[in-house]
This record gives sequence, structure tokens and C-alpha cells, in this order.
Amino acid sequence: MDLDSKIPNTPLQDAWKTHIDSINLVGPKNRPKYEIIVVGSGLAGASAAASLGAMGYNVKLFCFQDSPRRAHSIAAQGGINASKNYRNDGDSTWRLFYDTQKGGDFRGREANVYRLAEVSTQIIDQCVAQGVPLAREYGGNLANRSFGGVLVERTFYARGQTGQQLLLGAYQALEEQVAKGKVKQYPRTEMQDIVTIDGRCRGIVVRDLKTGEISTHDADAVVLATGGYSNVYNRSTNAVNCNVTAAWRAHKRGSLFANPCFVQIHPTCIPVQGDHQSKLTLMSESLRNDGRIWVPRNKGDERRPRDIPEDERYYYLEERYPSFGNLVPRDVASRAAKKVCDDGYGIGSTGYGVYLDFRDAIAKQGKDAIEAKYGNLFDMYKDITAEDPYETPFKIYPAPHYTMGGLWVDYNLMTNIPGLYAIGEANFSDHGANRLGASSLMQCLADGYFVLPKTIGDYLRDIYQQKIDPDHPEFAKRAKEVEDKIDSLMSINGTRTPLSFQKELGDIMWNNCGMSRNETDLKDALERIPKLREEFWNNVKVAGTKDSFNQSLERAGRVADFLEFAELMCKDALERDESCGCHLREEHVHEDGEAKRDDEQYSHVAAWEWKGVEAEHELHKEVLNHDALKPTTRSYK
Amino acid sequence: MNFTLSIWRQAASDVQGEMVKYQMTDVTEDTSLLEMLDMLNEELTIKGEEPVAFDSDCREGICGMCSLVVDGRAHGPGKLTTSCQIFMRSFTDGQTIHLEPFRSAALPVIKDLVVDRSSYDRIIQAGGYISAHSGPKPEPNSMPIGYDDVEEAMDAAACIGCAACAAACPNGSAMLFTAAKIGHLGALPQGQPERASRAKSMVKQMDEEGFGACTNYAECQDACPKGISIKFIGRMNKDFAKAMLYDELDPRGDMDAN
Repeated sequence: MDLDSKIPNTPLQDAWKTHIDSINLVGPKNRPKYEIIVVGSGLAGASAAASLGAMGYNVKLFCFQDSPRRAHSIAAQGGINASKNYRNDGDSTWRLFYDTQKGGDFRGREANVYRLAEVSTQIIDQCVAQGVPLAREYGGNLANRSFGGVLVERTFYARGQTGQQLLLGAYQALEEQVAKGKVKQYPRTEMQDIVTIDGRCRGIVVRDLKTGEISTHDADAVVLATGGYSNVYNRSTNAVNCNVTAAWRAHKRGSLFANPCFVQIHPTCIPVQGDHQSKLTLMSESLRNDGRIWVPRNKGDERRPRDIPEDERYYYLEERYPSFGNLVPRDVASRAAKKVCDDGYGIGSTGYGVYLDFRDAIAKQGKDAIEAKYGNLFDMYKDITAEDPYETPFKIYPAPHYTMGGLWVDYNLMTNIPGLYAIGEANFSDHGANRLGASSLMQCLADGYFVLPKTIGDYLRDIYQQKIDPDHPEFAKRAKEVEDKIDSLMSINGTRTPLSFQKELGDIMWNNCGMSRNETDLKDALERIPKLREEFWNNVKVAGTKDSFNQSLERAGRVADFLEFAELMCKDALERDESCGCHLREEHVHEDGEAKRDDEQYSHVAAWEWKGVEAEHELHKEVLNHDALKPTTRSYK
Repeated sequence: MNFTLSIWRQAASDVQGEMVKYQMTDVTEDTSLLEMLDMLNEELTIKGEEPVAFDSDCREGICGMCSLVVDGRAHGPGKLTTSCQIFMRSFTDGQTIHLEPFRSAALPVIKDLVVDRSSYDRIIQAGGYISAHSGPKPEPNSMPIGYDDVEEAMDAAACIGCAACAAACPNGSAMLFTAAKIGHLGALPQGQPERASRAKSMVKQMDEEGFGACTNYAECQDACPKGISIKFIGRMNKDFAKAMLYDELDPRGDMDAN
């Protein structure tokens, strides 16, 4: 298979402009002749659907929630990056590109990352014009805060609800297009499969979650904006219904899955309390601006944190990384927390937790100043744990949060299946092996507002007036296959619930393919996952009926896909015999415990091709070029 | 901890529902209310009974999907909280807990505790936005916005669209929701060109959906998980009254080339 990433053959700085000037466009009179399907209504999906609708295309938007406004982008707290250089601290497009590539440990695609940095400033302009209330300084200018992994202040925010405000901006733009009749939205509707005809993606099969009805929708192009797969770990910071289903089912129809092992474990989450727990709550990384992370120097120190004197506190990030301190990138912070806990210094009932302490910040800046910056986060923590972080430090521990891997896309954000696009977290291209804080919102909106609306015309022009018959037999065939799969799930009638399988799978993945990985554990997982999958298909019990509102069936379908996907994730982690970014192979570490990259052998995107449940995936490699920025050893010391 | 749950069961929107009792034992106090429902549903599934349908997604109080009336109050007795952020330590051991869906004429039950809130989407469609299609926009700092103005816009914009306001209101009014969006956009300079038309059309849509009017009970403010003030309802009424005083040109008239 030929992986043509369609990167323009020009210097990096000119690539995007040259590309737009050279590709096909669809004129305003012709746009209403096209039908585009967008699946997912988060920042990427909502912004894409709104933009395409406003351009004149006919758009259908699908989401499984009861309203597009609920998508999990809404929960992003800290902020969105843009290289505005408002703080006059040396920020630039190049600097943002550099930080993103370095943060991703040089496993991102240069041209995509540079473009992301280039359009970042326009995103802020767009959102402010929509009425997103980004924080201002007293003089009325936009305010910035700093975030992990960078030396400039370029993060824009709306209290601790930046994702909410940006998503509501995109949602409102979307609803405007719904009112104008350019977008038709289908909430409580879940994509079940894509339909390909003559090698092109021509539509999707969906299930109405209220009635169970299966239907097909034809289109000229399909855009997947269906988020990430952190829930393969069962407990993550994602919403409980986030899943890999849409991406996975597209993968099973030929779309390559790239770098599935790249998963970001976020360092600052509330630790696990018990088995019944359904999710892990993230405490924004922005807390690391003013909070100090530490553990007691003496193992098993039972004293209250306030009573532990300064010289008996181990500020391990500040000691190990003097220049970045508590603001090291997420993967570094997470692994450091794991290490001190594995070494026996952890706190809390499980020993898997560390303190994030605001004592010094409150003493220096005053409680009011801290409350103004982080009040809602402090309240949220208190609600969940019944502890007051103004008085006693936060207890935190890393949790799965974001997935850098995703469907392989070219520079136009199209997958290897013509007519099928993937945007936002669902694709793989921009964050390499680790994403910097406040960059996911940036990427989703870059894709949705500024990249896809420009690049999709290139493909659409190609298929001008090649309409597909909505009664083409392929639609009915795919719908039948979906029905058959649902029937077989309903008919097993075993003794274990879908959730129990998700929990067991999650444990395997967290223990064997989590924050650090090794060959033995990965091979162990690769033996256990197929067995668990087999048990699932023989022993799962799905409640209710297929032709009604049935959350048990919804979950069963998603768990079935996770059980296949998890195996690929472990395979990818095993195949990538190096450490890079979030992916730490214990066999490859420097003496100080830092990740040891192998650019000779692994400076590529691992794009996997589905060959069937029982067959081995085939690996395709897209070699990454580093013309503009030579990889260096990532150091935050 | 042990609890008796009394839960509204309704198989479909056109079927009569009833309260059904369930026993829960050995629930730890750091379990959330929804996690306890997860546990109940696991038990019901194994027993071959129909699990309780309820909405939830982010489970951290921001998506607005969860929507339970707990012991007669939308999102439960606590202040500034959503249904997913209620923890069992806030109940008494042995207590009976009543769980019902959000109830309002404009929020029909789909199944059990799940309601249809598409009316809220339609209120936004009626004008809850600033028309600004994607593309190059002016430099934001060319239009300074005072700190207090942005803070006020943010106070209103914090709305999560959960519909607790309508569920809590004796009149079944969605005024707090509608007013929050009108107040958010109206507090910003970018929101001024469409301010009058927005107030008119959103209020009209709210009425058409079958929501009631406001008679200042302020139950909505009390139930609102984001603490949105009813002062925004006053602002909305002012905007609406002003808008009714003159006929304006519809700034969103048919300007599309298509």
C-alpha cells in the first residue's frame, strides 16, 4: 500500500499557503449539490459542520449524546494555545511548532504541526468573534497563562471551563446552520459502520438510540470527529460513553490505524478510590502553575501533610527538573509520579498518590488570587473528595486522558479511504508521541474551522456529479451486517455484563500497556485479550431488546470493539521497540530513567491495516522527515 | 451503607410509569449516586431484569447530560451540583431515596429517567448565537472588553443546558436557560448587532415549546448547578421589552448567495 501523505514539496513555512493555492475548490453555486456527513459533535465535529454548512454544503451531523453540546470537549478545563505573542516573550509560529514537535518527541508530522501553529492565532480571533468569553486583563486585552512543556505564556482560557466555552461557541455556530437548514442534526444516533462503494466512502449506517432503528445515509464525503479511545482502560478522564467504535469500524473497512499505542496519561487526576468508580476526574494541568508537587521523604509518613516540615518533603519534579520544575510535560510528570509511588513514597489509602500543594502559593499571592484563578477546580475537588484543598494539599495521580494515535490521515486530513476524513482527536497527525497541554482544543478547532473546510473541496471536485444511488445494494448489505451483529450480541444471553468485560480489559491494559511497558507484559496482554474477547462473545449478557432505548446494548457494542482494538494497541506497543514521548519501554531508558528514542529504526508512523479478526494486522510505515527540525534528546532539566 | 431506592420506571414515552423500590446494600460512602445506579443495573442485568435507563456522560458536572430529580429536587438537595456529583456520604444510612426524571411539559420522558431536551436546542437555534461564519476575523485586542463585562458574560455562559431550571420551576419555565444565553451574548460588544432580534426570537421559541412563564419563584436559581442568577431573567425581560418597541430589519435576512 502506498501511503501518500500529500505533503507539499516546499519549505515548511510556505507549505500550507502553497497547498491551498494549488488544490481544487468547489464554487459557492455548486456546494449545495454536495452532501457531507459529520460524525461527532465535539470541537472538531461541531466546528467542521458549522463551517461547511456556512459555506453552503449540505451537512448531516450525528452524535450519540442527546445534544451536540454535550460532547466531551466540553470538559477541557485549562486552555487553548495560540502563538499570539501577546506577552512579548519570544513566541512565534516557529516556537509553537518547535514546542509541539519537541513535546511530541519528534514523532509528529512536521508539515501538519507547522500548519497547526500557523492557524492557531486565527482560532482565537474566530472564537472571540463568536462571543466566547475568553479571560481579559483589567485593561480589556486578552489574558494568558502558562502551561506545561513550554517557556512562553501562550495559553488562552475562560476560567477553568475553556473547553466548555469553545464548544458552546462551535455548538452555537452549528445551531445557526441548523436553523438555516444547512445542517441537519441527528442526536442520540450512533454510527455503526461506513459504506464504501468502488473504494470510496459513500455513507454510513447508524442506529437510532431511542428506537433501535437501523438506517443508512449516503453522502459525498464522511468526516469522523469521534474522539479518542482512552476508555480502553475502562477508567479514564473521558466521559463514560466515549468509545473507539466509529474509528474502529472504519478501520475494519480499510482505514489504517496509526500509532495506537500513543496514549497520554495525565499527571493530575483524583486517585482511584474503589472498584465501583466509573471515571477518573482530571484536575487541570494549570494547577501546576502555582501548586507544588511533593511526597514525604520518609516512606509511610502518617502525619498530616501540613505537619510535615519543609526538609522532609521531596519536591521530586523541582529537584529532578530544575528548569521546568512542576511544569514538565505531562508524560514526564506522570512517569515521575509513578516512579516515586512504585518506590514506596506514595500517599493516600492505596499508596498511589502524590500531593499537589498550594500552601506556598496562597501564602505568597493570597487566597483570593488563588480562588480567582482556580476556584471552580478547588470546589470540584472538595465536592468529590470532601477535602478542602485550601487547607490540605490535593491528592493526585496520573490517569489515561488523551490518545495521540488515531486514524491515519494525509495532509488534507483524508484517510487512505477516499472520501473518508478524520479530524480532531480521532486522527493521529499533530501530537506525535505526546501532546502538550492546551493543544488538543487548538488542533480540533484548527481542523474544523480552518483546515478541513479548505481541503475537502479538492476531493469533492473530483467526484463532481458522480452521485451514488441511495438504493445501491451495498447500503442494504452493510445495514444487514449491522443488524446481524446486534442480533448475535442479543442472543448470547450469558452470565457476565458488558461492563464487567470492560473493567477486566481495562485492568489488563492499565497494568500491561499503561504508563510504562515491557515485552513480557505486552506479550502477556496479547495472550489474555483474545481469550477475554472469546469469553465475551460466548458469555456476555445484554439486557433488554434491540428495538428500544437500550444502554446495555450500546455498551456491549462498544466493549466488543475495545476488545479488538486493545490487541492492536498492545501489538503496536510491542512493535515500537524504543521509548518516545508517552511510550516508555522499560528496555529503553537512559541511566537517569528518561526515555531513550531510537531515531534510526522508529522515526516513522506505524499505520496498521486490518486483515480480519483472526489474521495478523499488516504494518505500513510512513517515514517521518525532519527537514526543518532535527530531533534532539528531549530534556526538561 | 444501605439504601432503599424508589425509582420512576416507564418503559416508553407513551406508557404509564410507576415508582418501583430496590434495595442497595454495602454501598461505600465515596460512591456517587450514578455509580450506585451502575451497581443496581449490573445486578438487574444479571437477574434478567431491565436496567434503569438514565442519562450521564462526563460525570464531572459539565456536560449537562445527567438529569435526576432526587428526593423531589432537580439535581438533589445539595447546592451548585449536578446529579453525577452527588456522593452517598450526603445521605443517611438506611434512607429511602426517590429518583425521578426531570419533569416538565416540554421535556417528555423517553424511558425511565431519560427525558427529551431537544426543545433546548431549538431555543438556541432561534438566535442563541452570534453570526460569524468561519474565516479571518479582527484582532481581538482591537476591541478591548472590560474585565467585569467578560466576567459577567462568563457567569451566564457557564450554563450547561441541563434543564434543571425548567424541572425545578413550578411553571415549567425555561427562562433561566434562555436568559443566560441572551445575557451572555448581550454582555459582549460582539453580541450587540443581533441583540434585539435574539431576545425576540428566543423568547418566542421558548413559548412555542410549551415552557411556562416566570413568576419569580426563583426555584431555577436554587437548582442551577452553575449558580446562574435570576438577574439575567430581568436583563432578558428588559432586552425583550426594548426589542418589542421597534421593528428592526432582520440582520439575518437572506444574504446567502445560494
